Amino acid sequence: MQLSREDLLESYRRMKIIRDFEDFLHDEIAKGEIAGFTHLYAGQEAVAVGVCEHLSDDDKIVSTHRGHGHCLAKGCDVEGMMKEIWGSREGLCKGKGGSMHIADVDKGMLGANGIVGAGAPIAVGAAIAAKIDGKDENGNLKVSIAFSGDGACNQGTTFEAMNMAVVTHAPAIFVFENNHYSEHTGFEYAVGTDKDIASRAEAFGMKVWRADGTDFSAVHDTMREVLEYVRAGNGPAAVEFDTERFYGHFEGDPQRYRAKGELDRIRAERDCIKKFRETVTEAKLLEGADLDKIDAEVASRIEKAVESARSAERPTAEDVLVDVYIDY
Amino acid sequence: MARKMYRDAVRDTIFEEMKRDPNVVVLGEDVVGGMGTAGGPEAIGGIWSTSGGFYEAFGPDRVIDTPISESAIVGAAGGLALSGKRPIAELMFADFIGVSLDQIWNQIAKFRYMFGGKTKCPAIIRCIYGAGYNAAAQHSQSPHGILTGMPGLKVVMPSTPADVAGLMRQAIRDDDPVIFMEHKALYGMKGEVPDDPDFTIPFGHARLTRAGQDVTILATGMMVGMAEGAADKLAEDGIGADVIDLRTTSPLDEEAILDSVEVTGRLVIVDEAPPRCSLATDLAAIVANKAFASLKAPIEMVTAPHTPIPFARELESAYLPNPDKIEAAVRKALAYN
Ligand SMILES: Cc1ncc(C[n+]2csc(CCOP(=O)(O)OP(=O)(O)O)c2C)c(N)n1
Ligand SMILES: [Mg+2]
Repeated sequence: MQLSREDLLESYRRMKIIRDFEDFLHDEIAKGEIAGFTHLYAGQEAVAVGVCEHLSDDDKIVSTHRGHGHCLAKGCDVEGMMKEIWGSREGLCKGKGGSMHIADVDKGMLGANGIVGAGAPIAVGAAIAAKIDGKDENGNLKVSIAFSGDGACNQGTTFEAMNMAVVTHAPAIFVFENNHYSEHTGFEYAVGTDKDIASRAEAFGMKVWRADGTDFSAVHDTMREVLEYVRAGNGPAAVEFDTERFYGHFEGDPQRYRAKGELDRIRAERDCIKKFRETVTEAKLLEGADLDKIDAEVASRIEKAVESARSAERPTAEDVLVDVYIDY
Repeated sequence: MARKMYRDAVRDTIFEEMKRDPNVVVLGEDVVGGMGTAGGPEAIGGIWSTSGGFYEAFGPDRVIDTPISESAIVGAAGGLALSGKRPIAELMFADFIGVSLDQIWNQIAKFRYMFGGKTKCPAIIRCIYGAGYNAAAQHSQSPHGILTGMPGLKVVMPSTPADVAGLMRQAIRDDDPVIFMEHKALYGMKGEVPDDPDFTIPFGHARLTRAGQDVTILATGMMVGMAEGAADKLAEDGIGADVIDLRTTSPLDEEAILDSVEVTGRLVIVDEAPPRCSLATDLAAIVANKAFASLKAPIEMVTAPHTPIPFARELESAYLPNPDKIEAAVRKALAYN
C-alpha cells in the first residue's frame, strides 16, 4: 500500500462512515422509524471508497438501489443523506426520493437507482459527455463509472451499455460488485458465463481487471491502473470486485438462502474494515489508537446525523406539486 | 368457501391451475427463491410469497426462476404462449414494465392482430403495483392506464381475494394476453373465496359493491375500499352511492357504468394514477359521450396529481386518493345544480 498516512486515515474514515451509517440505519429500521425499502451497503465499503478516492467532483458515478456507500464515498453530505432517508424536506432530495434515489449531481453523483440495470446506460452518456469535453492540461479525461451488482449484469441494458461504450470509445468504467446474491438468488445460478462477470465485458472488447473487493489496497491499486488507462483515452474498462453484503437484501430479509454460519464467517474473514485495520497496524503504517480515534469521531458524527434527521423539518402536501418541471 | 388472504388467492389459484393444466408455466425473478444458494430452491419464495411450493410440486421446467432480465422474461412469455404454453410471468413491481415494454406493447399485445388472427397468445403478465409502502417513484406506480390503452391486452385489477381467484382462473384459461394487476397493499387483505375448482369471473363484468341513488363512484384495486369507505360515511348522512368496482379495465363494462349514471346523474371517478390520458379521463370521456343527457353535474375525478410518486410518508399520503377526498368530491357533485 503506497498511500500516505493522511490518505490511509481518510480512507479508513470514509469506510467507517459508511459502516456506521448502515449499522445505525439497521437499528433504526428495526424500530420502524424509517419508511420504504432500504438496502444496506455494509460489507462492501472497500469498493466504494477504493474507487471513489480516485475521483474528483467532475468525474461521474451512477449507483444502484444499494447506493448509500457510493453516495458517501463520492462526497454526499452525511446529514443530508440521513435526512433524506428520514423523508425530511431538508434531505438531499427534499424527501422526494428516499434511500433508493439519493443523488447529488454537483458532486458527480448521478443517482442511486431503483431500477436494476438502469445505471449503466446513464453512465455511458456521462462518459460520452466527458469525451466531448476532452482532456485536461495533464492529458487526462474525466471518467464516468457505472456501479452494478452481479444481478444487474444480467440486464440487457447493461449489455447494451457495455457495447455502446466500446463503440463510442467512451471513458466509462463498469464496476461490478459481485456480492454473490441478487435478492435471494445465488450468482452461480443467475450468471451463465462460467460464474464470471468480467469475461462478459471482455467479450465486448474491453480491458478488464478482477480484484478482491474486501481488500482495500487491492481495490485502490487496481483502480489506479484502471483509471490511468481510461483517463488516457483508451476507451472503456471493466472491473469485477468479489465482495460481501453483511445484511439482508433489504431490511427485514430473513436470509434463509445463506449457509449456516455464513454470516459469521464472512464477518470474521471478509470484513474489509477489519482487514484494513489489521494490515495497516501490522505494517506499522498506523497505530490502533489513530483508528480508535476515528471510530469514536465517526460514531458521534453519525449519531448526530440521526438526531438531526429525527428532528428535521417534515414536508407538507404542497411539496408534492413542486419540482415536476423547471417552472413548478 | 375458504377465508384467505389476497396473496394466497393468487398463489392457490395458480397452483390449482398448474395441477389441472400441464401447459401452465410460471416465470420470474425469485419465483423460486434460493436458486444457486446454500439454502437451495425455495429457501425463500418470491418476495411477495405468491409462489410458495410451486417449484417442489412442478419442477424447474415449469417454474422458472429467471435472472434479472425483464425484457427476456416478458419476451419469453410471448414465445411460450405462441408455442402452446400458458405462461404466467411475474413483474415483481409493475414499474418494471418500463424495462420490458417493447415485448408487451409491440410484441405480445399485437401478435394475433398482426398475424391476421391466425394465432393466440395466452400469456399473463402479473404486475405488482400501487403505492402505500413509501417505496417512492420507481416502485409504487399504477400503470394500468397506459396498458389499458394498448389494443390487444386485457387488463385485470382485482380488489378482493375472491375476485383474485375468479379473475386469475379466468385469465389462465383465457386465450388472449392478460395484464394481471395485483395491488401490493391488498396482499394482506382477507376474504371468503369459493372452493369451486372452476370458479371464474368473466372479464368485462363490473361488481356493484354499494348501491345508492344519488351518485355513482367508479374505482379499481385499492381504490375500491376507499370508495366504499367514503360511501359508508355518506350513507350516515342519507346519501346513497353506487360503488362500482370495474374489475377489468379492458374489456370494460360500459353498460354497468352507464346504467348507474343514468339513475344517479352524478359521477365520481377514483383512480390511483396521475390524471392525464388516464383511466379516469377515459371513463369520463365515455360517460360524457354516451350519457351526457343523464348528467346533472360535472364529472368529478379523484386521482393522484400529475407528479411522480414522492417518498416521504406525508408526501405519499398527500399524493394518494383517500376516503376524505372521495367524500368531498361526492359532496361537490351533489352541491352542483
Ligand atoms: C428492473 C428491476 N428488476 C428487479 C428489481 C428488484 N430488485 C431490486 S435489487 C435486486 C437484486 C439486485 O442484485 P444485484 O444487482 O446483485 O445487487 P445487490 O442487491 O446484490 O447489491 C432485484 C431483483 C428492480 N429493482 N429493478
Ligand atoms: Mg448482488
